[in-house]
Amino acid sequence: MSAVAGASVAVDAGARPGRQALRRFLRHRLAVFGLTTVLALVLACAFGPDVIPYGPLHIDFRARFAPPFAGPHILGADQLGRDLLVRLLMAGRVSLTIGFAAMLISTAAGTLIGAVAGYFGGWIGAALMRFVDAVLCFPQIFLLLALAAFITPNLLTITLVIAATAWMEVARVVEAEMKSLRERDFALAAEVLGAADGFIIFRELLPNAMAPIIVAATLNVARAILLEAYVSFLGYGIQPPTPSWGNMLNNAQEYLVSAPWLAIFPGVMITLAVTGFNFVGDGLRDALDPRLDRG
Amino acid sequence: MSGAGEPVLEVSELAVRFASTGGEVAAVNGVSFAIGRGETLALVGESGSGKSVTSLAVMRLLPGAPACRVSGAVRLAEPDGKSRELLGLPAEAMCRVRGDRVSMIFQEPMTSLNPVVAVGEQIAEAIRFHRGAGRREALAAAEALMERVGIPEPRKRLASYPHHLSGGQRQRVMIAMALACDPEVLIADEPTTALDVTVQAQILDLLKRLQERTGMAILFITHNLGVVAEVADRVLVMYAGRVVEEAPVGPIFRRPPMPYTAGLIASVPRLPTKRAIPISVEKEGKRRLVAIRGNVPDPLHLPPGCSFAPRCERAEPGLCDRDVPSVEEAAPGHRVRCVRWRELAGSAA
Repeated sequence: MSAVAGASVAVDAGARPGRQALRRFLRHRLAVFGLTTVLALVLACAFGPDVIPYGPLHIDFRARFAPPFAGPHILGADQLGRDLLVRLLMAGRVSLTIGFAAMLISTAAGTLIGAVAGYFGGWIGAALMRFVDAVLCFPQIFLLLALAAFITPNLLTITLVIAATAWMEVARVVEAEMKSLRERDFALAAEVLGAADGFIIFRELLPNAMAPIIVAATLNVARAILLEAYVSFLGYGIQPPTPSWGNMLNNAQEYLVSAPWLAIFPGVMITLAVTGFNFVGDGLRDALDPRLDRG
Repeated sequence: MSGAGEPVLEVSELAVRFASTGGEVAAVNGVSFAIGRGETLALVGESGSGKSVTSLAVMRLLPGAPACRVSGAVRLAEPDGKSRELLGLPAEAMCRVRGDRVSMIFQEPMTSLNPVVAVGEQIAEAIRFHRGAGRREALAAAEALMERVGIPEPRKRLASYPHHLSGGQRQRVMIAMALACDPEVLIADEPTTALDVTVQAQILDLLKRLQERTGMAILFITHNLGVVAEVADRVLVMYAGRVVEEAPVGPIFRRPPMPYTAGLIASVPRLPTKRAIPISVEKEGKRRLVAIRGNVPDPLHLPPGCSFAPRCERAEPGLCDRDVPSVEEAAPGHRVRCVRWRELAGSAA
């Protein structure tokens, strides 16, 4: 259907705004690099462990502290002789899952709260947004650690705890967008047609706020990965023997001098994932905001 | 065609008060009118005279109680001959009236369409709300509506986005949206102001033809008197929240007794054609463009008497600035709010 519309339109260069946005995104070199990195990480973590002949918990004492790039363990092995590469990839599954899941939960919650607060305003909006402000006042790490101290750490609880500390910014972005969108004529026009509040919020206004929501969500993935690494490094997150990038770093502390690769590789993975998502977020911000288009 | 027959929409003693930091502002003050089936009533006045607030109050689109108080009655005729009072209707019931029985089009077709939703979907929405139609069914109906409002190749245009369309086409889409459920009353709030003159004429013509076909009543809000002469059956002139004159369209252009209406008509630029000459001619056959001096009064501090008196060239101290003049019937169907209308009508004749 859009192809038909595109053919009949003579005035506009791109038939749909999406195509122009894609073009702008692809012009953004760092964003393309970030997207490539993220995709490579996701694919490697998804399929890599099945290709490597060792399991993440397979102990081989003859290979203790095997250095990288020599012998059968490509990235070396840890103090128990476990293959570092397969552990990194398995840890990647954990970290990326937490990153995406926490992003989905926090974005959904933030969008809902922000949309309701921004659309209805008044005392509902004030109450919700003051609650957001209150939660924002806590330093995120302390809030996270305080929450983490009370729960049994596993994949689900860590995801929820991270989501619980990351939804506020999305809520603020969405609230601001909704406040301005609800004053636009097409919101009034929808009301004139007999649309109910729910329809106006979710079908008329939110689609217009998608750009900032997508950007915030992407940046939230990076932040969730980093937060998971923090808590796991401090021992409140994913518990050994299940690997995560954070607890691998924690484990590597003792051997920082004798076997530095145990710390370097998880660190590189965290860096790649976080910067990758951040670049994608920046690229999306530019791509989805036509006002920033400069040839 | 005058408002004979039973009215579809009857507004009586409508008043709208906004809370402001300086006190309550009466934006609309005791406005009453009625529109019959197939009739077009033009609501005319300067910016700030309360035209748009009146229409928003009828649609119940004004903010709630502490910020804004609406009183009076808005009655919509029911098919069974009774009428329904809209101002007291619960919110959900009002949702069912809007878009189905009373609809509205706005001044800015550029901003009144959702930029991220295809126009076909936007037209189909109203049909889905009120008729419970499925998506496919509603889109087919939307296509028929687009055809009816004169959009070429409606099937292709269904998937177009508002930025693909020109201003006139967007206004046609707005009209299609408003007419989706065959409303009995259409409120058109300056629907042609943002358009080119040629496109304006097309849109006015379209509205007229659609009205002939469906028999809907149109409340046409405008400050463009040329448009009024073109479309209206009757004219309601508002000033500072009050109705100052109501008359069939012919008499009001020929001989308006109310000085404000006369001022409005005199301040329309016109080409010096033969027809225009008889009204206050100068030697070269040019008609002077007269502006009404001053501005609309501050609604917080309305003058005690006639609200137009401070700007009126015919105002008489001690007479016009004492009490708010009452509405008097100058001729059948012709109501005037002016103390001096008898003498003024006499002098103009």
